[in-house]
Amino acid sequence: MISAEHITVTRSGRKLLDNVGLDLQAGRFTVVIGPNGAGKSTLMKVISGEMKPDAGFVSYHGTRVDLCQPVELAKCRAVLPQATQLAFPFTALEIVRMGAVAQGGLNPTEQARQALSRVGLRGFESRPYPSLSGGEQQRVQFARALAQVPQPVADGVPRALFLDEPTASLDLGHQISVLEIARDFANAGGIVLAILHDLNLAAEFADHLVVLNHGRVVAEGACTETVNDEIIASVYGIAGAVGRLPAAHIPYVLPQSRHR
Amino acid sequence: MMKALAMPFRVAADGDRTRQGVVVLFLLAVMLFVACLLSLGIGPTGVGLRDLWTYATGNSASLSTQDRVILEAVRLPRTALGLLVGAGLAVSGAMMQGLFRNPLADPGIVGVTSGAGLAAVAAIVLGNGILAPVAMVLGNQFLPLMAFFGGLFNTWALYIIATRDGRTSTTTLILSGIAIGALSAALMGLLIVMADDRQLRDITFWNLGSLGGATFGRVLSILPFVSAVMVIMPFVARGLDALVLGDAAAFHMGIPVQRLKKIVIVAVAAACGSTVAVAGSIGFVGIVVPHLLRLVMGPSHRFLLPGSALGGGALLLVADSVARTVAAPAELPIGVITALFGAPVLLFLLLGKNGITTRDMP
Repeated sequence: MISAEHITVTRSGRKLLDNVGLDLQAGRFTVVIGPNGAGKSTLMKVISGEMKPDAGFVSYHGTRVDLCQPVELAKCRAVLPQATQLAFPFTALEIVRMGAVAQGGLNPTEQARQALSRVGLRGFESRPYPSLSGGEQQRVQFARALAQVPQPVADGVPRALFLDEPTASLDLGHQISVLEIARDFANAGGIVLAILHDLNLAAEFADHLVVLNHGRVVAEGACTETVNDEIIASVYGIAGAVGRLPAAHIPYVLPQSRHR
Repeated sequence: MMKALAMPFRVAADGDRTRQGVVVLFLLAVMLFVACLLSLGIGPTGVGLRDLWTYATGNSASLSTQDRVILEAVRLPRTALGLLVGAGLAVSGAMMQGLFRNPLADPGIVGVTSGAGLAAVAAIVLGNGILAPVAMVLGNQFLPLMAFFGGLFNTWALYIIATRDGRTSTTTLILSGIAIGALSAALMGLLIVMADDRQLRDITFWNLGSLGGATFGRVLSILPFVSAVMVIMPFVARGLDALVLGDAAAFHMGIPVQRLKKIVIVAVAAACGSTVAVAGSIGFVGIVVPHLLRLVMGPSHRFLLPGSALGGGALLLVADSVARTVAAPAELPIGVITALFGAPVLLFLLLGKNGITTRDMP
């Protein structure tokens, strides 16, 4: 289990995170939602060990994250960042292989190939990363994260996948397939933490939803407890939008209906 | 012809350029060997490749004493020095481009060479004055060590100025590099005004950017710096690759980012500073060699760094052979040759849409 306790981050006099606690349990898909500037990315940076909080601490299976070497952390968790630009033309395969090398794989090239085909990019191996579309680049980065934690549980220890807006530049089909891969990762005993903006996707995929606003956790729990009119109105300022159909003249798409 | 040269090698269909990297490294090693033969066997005197062969096969007794001296005391140290200087310049360029995540970062363009030059001039001018005790202690290593610290100071200053939140802006990098370089040049001017006649002659001689007057003493004075950089290459290669994805992503992949950056900054200063100390400022090797190599072997530092060492050595030896033969018995400054070759190649690379400069970092 990865847990964050009493996390406070202050930057230029503003509290980006204010006494936030969060437990990421193995086998659970945890999703953080909240408006822009709520502190979601900051929370992920703190939990991944990238940023030191001003107060509080993060522990991985009982070990304080600030006492871990980067190379040990790299074997426990992989992170999918928001859009990444490159100044040098690495191929898609070379990018993904960096993830496989980071976890010490014996055959990183083969593992990279597998990760690429898992995200539906078989045949893209030799494409220079800068020549790919935004969505393809995002999926290459996702494959890199997958190659870094190829098994959800290794040596009896659950591995973690941190996804910062994994669906940002993806079309509807790929949004769902990326989240389904993450879903499988959690079902197999891994830890998943994702930041999402799409509340429908969040409600569909999350086992555990955390609503962040102004650096504080305002609600936490199953989607039925967290995505309701009251919370959505107070956090996003959109009233009366949960579970109602729009006016008849606006067509709408609810991909979650595919589960019927 | 130019078009064909700039066409990137076709990337293997499976996206894995490991084999490509190994093949190119082998070819570069062959080129370097040929360049060494050229450098040893060509010169204004009559000693040629045949004499070199006679010497190498153990029949040195059949050569005249004069020819032997030319080979042993003139050509050999010059070849060794050219090899080390070229390798140092190209590797420092490649490492700096990786560190700044920017294909335009070159020690010559962004003022690191000027910093090393300033310190070298300070060593010459102040070596008998306030720096005399330091000069006494360091002896033969005084000049290269001073140049190293000069280069280190400018690299470090540049990094602090041009990098915000782990991102280096090209514009800030180039502009602050120009400012730092100009400041170093101005301070160098002040020192030159202070210099006496003998020191002025030393400075002029040093500043020509030449391998002329190479001695084994000079070779030995930069050997520790350049070999230290060669030794760390395999240890920083994976980190520099990961750093291309950004500081955060490199950390996520297990790279101790701050430590890596410190090591690379020191290595760049060591390679660049020590070469400036023995050969003056020789431009364009640090930017053109890595650029050309990225076209044929890809940007991975696993191959780019050793490739730059081999390619830089070969390029400098060829340039030096040209420099001392075209106008024989006079010698052209080698910096003139590298600029004549390097500047057009660089412009051509910048103009061509080969995806090597790609987009700027915001």
